Amino acid sequence: MKTDDLVTALAADFEASRVRPNRRFALALAAGFVVSAVVLVAAIGLRRDIGAAVASPRFLFKFVVTLTLAAAAAASLTDTLRPTPAAHPWRIAALLAIAPALLALAVALELLSAPSAQWWPRLVGANARWCLVFIPLLAAAPLAALLTFARTGAPASPRAAGAVAGLLSGGLGAALYASHCTDDSPLFVSVWYVIAIGVVGCVGAALGSRWLRW
Amino acid sequence: MTQAQDQSDWAVLMQDSLSGDADAYRRLLASLAPTLRAFVQRRGHAYGLERADAEDVVQETLLAIHLKRHTWDPSRPIAPWIVAITRNKMIDAQRRRRVRRDVPLEDVAPFLTAQPDDDPLIRRDLETMFEALGVRNRDLVQSISVEGRSIGETAKRLNMKEGAVRVALHRAIKAMATMYRSYES
Repeated sequence: MKTDDLVTALAADFEASRVRPNRRFALALAAGFVVSAVVLVAAIGLRRDIGAAVASPRFLFKFVVTLTLAAAAAASLTDTLRPTPAAHPWRIAALLAIAPALLALAVALELLSAPSAQWWPRLVGANARWCLVFIPLLAAAPLAALLTFARTGAPASPRAAGAVAGLLSGGLGAALYASHCTDDSPLFVSVWYVIAIGVVGCVGAALGSRWLRW
Repeated sequence: MTQAQDQSDWAVLMQDSLSGDADAYRRLLASLAPTLRAFVQRRGHAYGLERADAEDVVQETLLAIHLKRHTWDPSRPIAPWIVAITRNKMIDAQRRRRVRRDVPLEDVAPFLTAQPDDDPLIRRDLETMFEALGVRNRDLVQSISVEGRSIGETAKRLNMKEGAVRVALHRAIKAMATMYRSYES
């Protein structure tokens, strides 16, 4: 095929090749979240005392920190899906640093308010193993949906784009898991949630470097 | 990659395209093709590309610009975006060239001075991809591209619905982009 003929074919494909990235992004997020929410409610279950727990600032903080991370990653993802380097890389770094900063602050407050004999038991918690299993499990559907969406992009760094998709999915998975988990101390969150979300981020990076090349 | 005038023209044409102006889009692609060709011929050497690769890279770049046009941020200049896509495709071609069997120089020497579109080496690759589309899709794409028929005329000729022609064309174009990539492995 000659290049001029290709141009004619591409121009004829104008209508069918139109992509609305924001709409697809929203659909992918919603689909992944709904699937994981159904898995949570149907197979894993909410914690029994959830009615009382919503009055606890420690319980609520788990949602604040995980959803802050998810929102920051969501706000950064589109920028990582362009072939040119991000216009404001420091903005992405700053956004993604908000959740760790909040967590560090919460840990400091916990250390100040809890007696030191309580530190270790609160850090170890009761559900660490399940935390490491369920967060990646609940992140799987959002990650699959987001990576599928990300394939419509043209990331300058497929690995970085995959990592951001992983952090977004990990944040969502962790927020969902938080409503099952009875360990509410920031000390617990700062170890086990962070490890679990980090694993999802690494999986996203690894899958991204394979699937998001274009 | 070229004069400021061209760049701002492309930005305007792309902006119009993204807001739904099909004619602006056709003019954009037509004006990009020769610039891309000159650019790839000039820079290809740095990527170990030979003259025979240039038209492949141009077509692959046009395909990527087409399929990824929503990844341009209209608040930023368009030339770096185009260069980034072109560079990505030159790197792909470089990888392909590394895995391809080496062709003795005397075999290709007669073609080195040929016009890009008439180069038998290029024609062979592109014809192969074209064959791989299958008879029906090939007819459809050829009717639109080579013979210059509209989607409506092609639909009538092939006794298909217009929507089906649109879908088949889009699939064929995506398949061509994928075929280029599958050469790498």
